[in-house]
Amino acid sequence: MTKKYSFPRGIHPPENKHLTEASPLEFLPPPEKVFIPLHQHFGAPAAPLVKKGDEVLLGQKIGESKALFSAPVHASVSGKVLSVEDVIHPNGYPVLAVVISNDGQDRLSPEVRETDDPFALSPEEIKQKVKEAGVVGLGGAAFPTAVKLSPPKDKPIDTLVINGCECEPFLTADHRLMLEFPEAIIKGAELARRAVGATRIIFGVEDKKPDAAAALARHLAGVPATIVLLKTKYPQGAEKNLIYALLRREVPRGGLPFDVGVVVQNVGTAKAIWEACAYGKPLVERAITVTGPMIKQPRNLLVRIGTPLSHVVAYCGGVDDSASLLVMGGPMMGLAQCSLDAPVIKGTSGLVALPQAPEEAEFPCIRCGRCVDHCPMRLVPTQIVKFVQAEKWPEAESWGAMDCVECGCCHYVCPSKIRLVHWIRLGKNTIARLRRKKSA
Amino acid sequence: MKETDKLKEAAIQTAFILESSPHLRAKDTTPRIMYRVILSLLPAVAASVYFFRWRAVVLILVSVAGTLATEALFLLARKKPLAAAVDGSAAITGLLLALTLPPSLPPGMAVLGSIIAISLGKQIYGGLGHNIFNPALVGRAFLQAAFPVAMTTWVPPVMMRVDLATFATPLGNLKFQNALAQGTLTPVKDLFWGNVGGCLGETSAAALLVGAVYLLVKKTIDWRIPAGIIVSLSVFTGIFWLANPQQYAPPHFHLFAGGLVLGAFFMATDMVTSPITPAGIWIYSVGIGLIIGVIRLFGGLPEGVMYSILLMNTFVPLFNLYLRPRILGERRRKR
Repeated sequence: MTKKYSFPRGIHPPENKHLTEASPLEFLPPPEKVFIPLHQHFGAPAAPLVKKGDEVLLGQKIGESKALFSAPVHASVSGKVLSVEDVIHPNGYPVLAVVISNDGQDRLSPEVRETDDPFALSPEEIKQKVKEAGVVGLGGAAFPTAVKLSPPKDKPIDTLVINGCECEPFLTADHRLMLEFPEAIIKGAELARRAVGATRIIFGVEDKKPDAAAALARHLAGVPATIVLLKTKYPQGAEKNLIYALLRREVPRGGLPFDVGVVVQNVGTAKAIWEACAYGKPLVERAITVTGPMIKQPRNLLVRIGTPLSHVVAYCGGVDDSASLLVMGGPMMGLAQCSLDAPVIKGTSGLVALPQAPEEAEFPCIRCGRCVDHCPMRLVPTQIVKFVQAEKWPEAESWGAMDCVECGCCHYVCPSKIRLVHWIRLGKNTIARLRRKKSA
Repeated sequence: MKETDKLKEAAIQTAFILESSPHLRAKDTTPRIMYRVILSLLPAVAASVYFFRWRAVVLILVSVAGTLATEALFLLARKKPLAAAVDGSAAITGLLLALTLPPSLPPGMAVLGSIIAISLGKQIYGGLGHNIFNPALVGRAFLQAAFPVAMTTWVPPVMMRVDLATFATPLGNLKFQNALAQGTLTPVKDLFWGNVGGCLGETSAAALLVGAVYLLVKKTIDWRIPAGIIVSLSVFTGIFWLANPQQYAPPHFHLFAGGLVLGAFFMATDMVTSPITPAGIWIYSVGIGLIIGVIRLFGGLPEGVMYSILLMNTFVPLFNLYLRPRILGERRRKR
């Protein structure tokens, strides 16, 4: 492992992982009430299967959709359905959710059943179990995992990449998962490899987490897997950059990793795949990092889906009163929260409380080109923004607005503090709307 | 009250700030960059004051005052916040202009040059970030055209004892006084330390290089621009020197003579007027080096740094629009 695997460009923001990297994952006691949104994933929302007054059991399916791009939703506690109503989604919009009063018993649903020999499952059975368990990508994008495990017939997959980079500053939950659950991660990865028909597994871990790589290495026996240390750099864990760093393959513009024979899964997702296949356990909890200078006791937690942020924050000693920026996810790509009423959802990788940044004056673009020098997608962010500001949508598109992964490197480095990602996002939304209009 | 209204109200009452990602920012800001460039020029300013005494002090002061005042006037006229006058960019223009002036230039001409630099070089395009040409060089080009004699009259550094009637810059000496044949070509050692005639800022390469290294270490200027200029000028002049050393000066003479160091590290690297994409940066910098070589070797002028940078500035908007980098995953264009 002498050669440094990495991708060109990107940035080195202060990592601040020391706040939590030595804190083992703790089970957060479930709250009295959980708020489980029926739309936590990329794709169509699920429809409720329960109504007010119903008794539900832990792991019981409470929402489902017939659409291909969707994922069912399960009760994360046992108890009584108080209501099916709009609550605030972490994205700021109201979302239909099942509100369950927790009876504290954690009575298990009969749907949750162990499998005798998970490694005897056929690829189809693995995908079915993953789909039934409502597993989605836990890196943050919440893309339905069953879909990701089903490459089209004409696109053979040779490599499964397990993403253990966790390149976002502050976050350490994936690091802890690799240290504490290496066996489940490797077994889940092996099942995923079989499901997609890949011949090998590559674990990608940043080189500042050698202990995580060592923990995984101890359990590799019998699995066709290698562990690769990657340079610690943001966004090393971005799917397309990770594939390039490990395999020197470029996912085509507008394409998917399928197109270059690769499937990427996050370490937390691999663990969830194992639990779904071995124990029939649906995705009802996940690992998150609660951290930031404004959190009194930063921690790594295993949290039930639907737990309100207020409960999570209270367990961590509360938020410093002066905290004014509460981010769900990492500080580079996470969503600022307006309320502690929003629940933890499947895509929540962390909660970071940051002090209010001093008001920063915006200057005109001085064409320093730093956004170009740091864009991992090799875009020219400032030029795309100029097209968006001039509402020149075809130009913005041909310059790669839709290729932007919103990693935030450009805005991070911009000395004029121009909201580049914000503008590009506006462009992406408009271009997507125009495309829909065209095809309609 | 409707459910969504309640949610909205909760959002309004929250103490949390809402902003779009990313939520982290690098520390560097545009004014910091500007003042860092000014700081990096201080060794050259000190050297110019050491060599030319009060003439240097006066020229630097009046040009910086001229650019600041012109910037402020334009901001007032355009009803923009006056604070932008002290973002450092106008001060840099004044300082750079002064460093490109002959020490004996009457201060009134320097003031006129600084007014032109900001008005026609910068504000007329819309101010910071919008100009095509390097403002300081626009001011200098104006002075060169308007006052050709004053702009090519040179006085030696105060500690140098020479014949004033025939005194010339090292490049002028090379071009007009047949220095190679006479064996009076200025030694590179003198070019490096500054014991030569020339513009305020171009006498001592050493003082400029101290600032240049600082900017390179701070990643404030793009190393590819000076690298492209230095390599292309060295190769171009080197070929002729190897072919005929009696007629052509060696490349290391060209690198340290005249305004090359000042131009390559401080003028061509101006962010606003240099390209932003890798291909553009290389064509721009190599082009500057080649044009300097052509002017110095075959042109009517002894020095060509200013015109070559201005000429390549012209192409920058085109480079930025037509030399887009290949996006990750984009097919290489087939021919």
